Amino acid sequence: MLQLSEMPLRASELIKALEKRSAGAGGLVTFTGQVRPEAKSGSVSSLFLQAYSPMTENGIESAIAEAQCRWPLTAVSVAHRIGEMLPGDTIVFVGTASAHRRAAFEAADFLMDYLKTEAIFWKRESTSSGTNWIEPRAEDYSDASRWTEHK
Amino acid sequence: MTKLLYFGRLSDITGSAEETLTLPQDVSTAGELRAYLDLRFEAGGALLEPTVRIAVNNELCFDDMSLAGAEEIAFMPPVGGG
Repeated sequence: MLQLSEMPLRASELIKALEKRSAGAGGLVTFTGQVRPEAKSGSVSSLFLQAYSPMTENGIESAIAEAQCRWPLTAVSVAHRIGEMLPGDTIVFVGTASAHRRAAFEAADFLMDYLKTEAIFWKRESTSSGTNWIEPRAEDYSDASRWTEHK
Repeated sequence: MTKLLYFGRLSDITGSAEETLTLPQDVSTAGELRAYLDLRFEAGGALLEPTVRIAVNNELCFDDMSLAGAEEIAFMPPVGGG
């Protein structure tokens, strides 16, 4: 299940919905990412995230399908905020459910790496020293490459 | 008329995120469009960078892709980031 939202994301509600869909899964892993208050260039006043529909959604759906192929998951939930947001706002939520703890952890980690490096989003940060478009850091790519070595 | 989209930092160079344009006669591939627009916006090569990918009608393509039938062309700088 995938949701891109211009409205605030509420992790507690997303967890509840996932719990309902995955009743009896055994294990449920959720990750919530929040907008950081500090960036390299100073205090963050706001963050703007741009997507390109339907390419953004199609790419994330493919990553979810790949996760479901690689791990025995009973439910997956991905929600991503787009548009303008403030420090502390929830920007991303990933939830995975499985009978096996390790599968749920690994699939959530895999999906987060996809969302950080390959998902079609452009990010613009406004800080005390101005407004900048942010492009991936080297460690984001090395995190994501962990998953291709085993293919 | 073709809809052109400029994402991320490219919209700072082009001055807008979106425009519609009648493609010039001598622009028939994605690569030729890149070169044409880079000159038109005096982008100094920003649109020629190989990390800037082009999508035609929502499909990523190579520079030799024909633009025949292109309704929407997007210029996409590297995505993601921290």
